[in-house]
Amino acid sequence: MADKPKINLNRIKMPKQEPEIRAHNFDEVATGYTLEMAKEEAGRCIQCKKRNCVAGCPVNVNIPEFVMALRDGDMWGAVDQLKANNALPGICGRVCPQESQCEFVCTLGKKGAPIAIGRLERFVADWECDQSDKPKPQIAPSTGKKVAIVGSGPAGLTTAADLAKLGHQITLFEALHVAGGVLMYGIPEFRLPKGIVQGEVDYVKTLGVDVRLNSVIGKIDTIDELLADSYDAIFLGTGAGLPMFLGLPGENLNGIYSANEYLTRTNLMKAYLFPEYDTPIKKSRRVVVIGGGNVAMDSARCAMRLGAEEVYIVYRRSREELPARAEEVENAEEEGIIFKLLTNPKRFIGDENGWVTQMECLEMELGEPDDSGRRRPIVKEGSEFLIDVDTVVVALGTTPNPLIPSTTPGLDTTRKGTVVAEEETGKTVKDKVWAGGDLVTGAATVISAMGAGKRAAAAIDAYLKG
Amino acid sequence: MYKIMHREDLTPQIHLFEIEAPAVAKKAQAGQFVILMVDEKGERFPLTIGGWDREKGSVPIVFMEVGKTTRKLAKLKAGDSIHAFIGPLGIPTHTDNVGTVVCVAGGFATAIVVPVAQALKDAGNKIISVMGFRNKDLMFWEDKLKEVSDELIICTDDGSYGRKALVTEPLKEILEANKDVKLVIAIGPTIMMKFASLTTQPFGVKTLVSLNPIMVDGTGMCGCCRVAIGDDTKFVCVDGPDFDAHQVDWDVLMARQKSYCDEEKTSVDIWEDYCRTQMGGKA
Repeated sequence: MADKPKINLNRIKMPKQEPEIRAHNFDEVATGYTLEMAKEEAGRCIQCKKRNCVAGCPVNVNIPEFVMALRDGDMWGAVDQLKANNALPGICGRVCPQESQCEFVCTLGKKGAPIAIGRLERFVADWECDQSDKPKPQIAPSTGKKVAIVGSGPAGLTTAADLAKLGHQITLFEALHVAGGVLMYGIPEFRLPKGIVQGEVDYVKTLGVDVRLNSVIGKIDTIDELLADSYDAIFLGTGAGLPMFLGLPGENLNGIYSANEYLTRTNLMKAYLFPEYDTPIKKSRRVVVIGGGNVAMDSARCAMRLGAEEVYIVYRRSREELPARAEEVENAEEEGIIFKLLTNPKRFIGDENGWVTQMECLEMELGEPDDSGRRRPIVKEGSEFLIDVDTVVVALGTTPNPLIPSTTPGLDTTRKGTVVAEEETGKTVKDKVWAGGDLVTGAATVISAMGAGKRAAAAIDAYLKG
Repeated sequence: MYKIMHREDLTPQIHLFEIEAPAVAKKAQAGQFVILMVDEKGERFPLTIGGWDREKGSVPIVFMEVGKTTRKLAKLKAGDSIHAFIGPLGIPTHTDNVGTVVCVAGGFATAIVVPVAQALKDAGNKIISVMGFRNKDLMFWEDKLKEVSDELIICTDDGSYGRKALVTEPLKEILEANKDVKLVIAIGPTIMMKFASLTTQPFGVKTLVSLNPIMVDGTGMCGCCRVAIGDDTKFVCVDGPDFDAHQVDWDVLMARQKSYCDEEKTSVDIWEDYCRTQMGGKA
């Protein structure tokens, strides 16, 4: 019997822009595999029977199948397998936390590096995007049923795509002037190019979805008015868009931004191209970003690219507790972001014109684990110290916008402002209304919102056909 | 895209555009605002509405040419379109019947005051209005405000029309003479609103102002428009734009309004240059 070919326990490295170059441009950091690299990486998959990866994916992508098709050079086959369960692979391949989902449970991971599923997903999606002769997507015959979807972020786009493919007539309402939600206003160009998002939105449109921009539901028609106006079902995917502030003295000084504002100006309004684009953002010298999640990393890395000389992340726990993806923390460090850990702001100090000039901080130490299981940060008494700053970005998290809950009688909400919906179906307590994504869970990930969208789409379809 | 159905130049620098926006017109109420984008590369900026026409499906807006965005907007003609028009945003002005209301209008904000005064009058209030302009050439809508007011006092800074005074002078006299004034609504430049507020404070008369900070999304998402109201921080876009004037921290508001002075100047310079070289005319 011949020896089995030896498996390479290392994954093919992702080509990236060098840190000193990319820290000064908004082009994508990771430049993507070549076809040869992708096929070689796909060839590492042992096609095990366990299929842990599929179970580890919130939308159960046919991972072994698309990887095998890619390995064999059957690109359209790979596209079909990938898109069977995921309408937005170009996005997921870039921003999903694969290391804690599909790749985390990969069988190869027991011996070496798991298959780089995210990178392969991205490769296949980008390959399809470059093809001029895309086959028309299969759409079921019209059911005559109308569904309104509120919010065009990951949850809304997924629900819209799935329901449209099943033959329902979909109207997708978006409050901003472009579709995509947090994918457009939040995640920066260098991590998720806006052309990719636009491509995915265009794909959803080819399924017959009517996208209505600049439409703030609750201010124009309410949910009840949409239901009265012939919609058979409604899906709410309005996300968690309200920024949290610290409530500390001096927080309204000029130069202090919520991460939402900082990222919206930069990404959605393209302030990095000011004055070609009209929306400005301050040119900063010393920037402090408060928080340790992906949004904090995005804000800090934007600040660097906007020309700041020094950029700090101030986080009250230690490195181990940073909620951001390890890859993003590494990227930030490579780009020269300075981490001030176990540090918490106390107040902001301004000049006579109302501009922030200093931030007073406290040193922290870690105590016993709290409700979240992480060790509780405790103030070191008398440890106050000052940092000179001209820009502060508060990246502490977000909560759902109350507009829809407050204008929709019959919805059940929690103390945190989230809408109550069944996990398996997204059904709310209100007749004909489903919800999913950050609006239900509070701020989470793109892929979990997509998973909720898929489950809601299946439930809405069953209801409409029932 | 949102079509400009009609354009009227109220003064050389102040213009009225009637924008085709049926969904907004259907729900608009006095005191609400819209967010506009002139073109794809434009900024999102708020303007309080100057009324609505539910039958025609249109919303009039009145603006003054100040920075690049408003100058760019002023270049458009009837039949042209703007990129985005989002609304109606913010909480409508409370227009209960309280008895006698004084409406103070400063400059181009007169266009915003008219629908508010109209709604208050329709609710059964007696309306005493004060309108103030820098000079006669900047004045407009005297007739419209007169129509919705039981009394109208006009003043100009230089005395070129009506009384030579700032609006605070007649406002004080009205409050001294009419002990039954239950509400003052003051809308205009921030500095005017601040001094109107200081004028009414000693009388203890409830005073509402419509704040106009810098905004980006206008739906509660960014917090750029936050203001200090009493001990709280509020977002003007979702908690306002109307606030109790006596609770407003005017210094914070005015400092925040100046956040982008340098950048605005850069934009205007580039725009003026562009107009001279590309459009063969002045900005």
